[in-house]
Amino acid sequence: MADPMKIRANLVGDSTEVKVLMSHEMETGQRKDSDGKTIPAWFIQRVKVTHNDKVVLAAQWGPAVSKNPFVSFKFKGGAKGDKVTITWVDNHDDTRTDEATIA
Amino acid sequence: MNTNRRQALKATGAVSLLTLVAAAGWLEPGDAAAAEGWNKGAFETHSMDETMKALGGGAPVPSSDIAFFSTPDIAENGAVVPIGITSKVAQTESIAILIEKNPNMLAAVFDIPPGTDASLSTRIKMGQTSNVYALVKANGKYYVTSKEIKVTLGGCGG
Repeated sequence: MADPMKIRANLVGDSTEVKVLMSHEMETGQRKDSDGKTIPAWFIQRVKVTHNDKVVLAAQWGPAVSKNPFVSFKFKGGAKGDKVTITWVDNHDDTRTDEATIA
Repeated sequence: MNTNRRQALKATGAVSLLTLVAAAGWLEPGDAAAAEGWNKGAFETHSMDETMKALGGGAPVPSSDIAFFSTPDIAENGAVVPIGITSKVAQTESIAILIEKNPNMLAAVFDIPPGTDASLSTRIKMGQTSNVYALVKANGKYYVTSKEIKVTLGGCGG
């Protein structure tokens, strides 16, 4: 399956800053290969980030999100040692979940 | 992989995401099963009007409480354009990124639950020089601001 996501979760004051780099082709479905055949669309459609079972971010994506998607955001709360969990689902119904510990 | 486990995992994932997405207002409860948590129609639109219709909202009101940050005026590489958006609109529920001249206008929608900052950054593909719109949903209404980003090397693969 896909390579693991690189997730950094750091406590900044009373907020947790999350940066994630996902590994995914995010193929638009617009490109053609060398035989002139269209390369089928293959991209992450849904993303969910949770902390202590609470959703802190959710997203719906189209193929215009860049290859190897990067997202950075902050949420209030979190403590060192807590887990942040990120899940994505793509248009092939493949999915990946990774977690990181808040530092 | 054991098929039953895979199906169970899929079902669990789909249900929790659906619940979230339905709660966030992107889906009517009846649509949940059909749409499977991803608003297909919204990702196939070619104009602001079409996109707003697919999202179930009216025309967005221009707002100076939405701003781009760390977003270039000229993108060196259209395949990877950094976009940062901050919304100071009260009760921001979601932030969406629309790229006017892309094959399909809507690039991404982020749902912002209470407790999460209405500020995020990501990277998107742009096919050509275009207006980029930051569309905010707050308290059921839509607000927007835009910025032109020039692209020298297009990123949609043409």
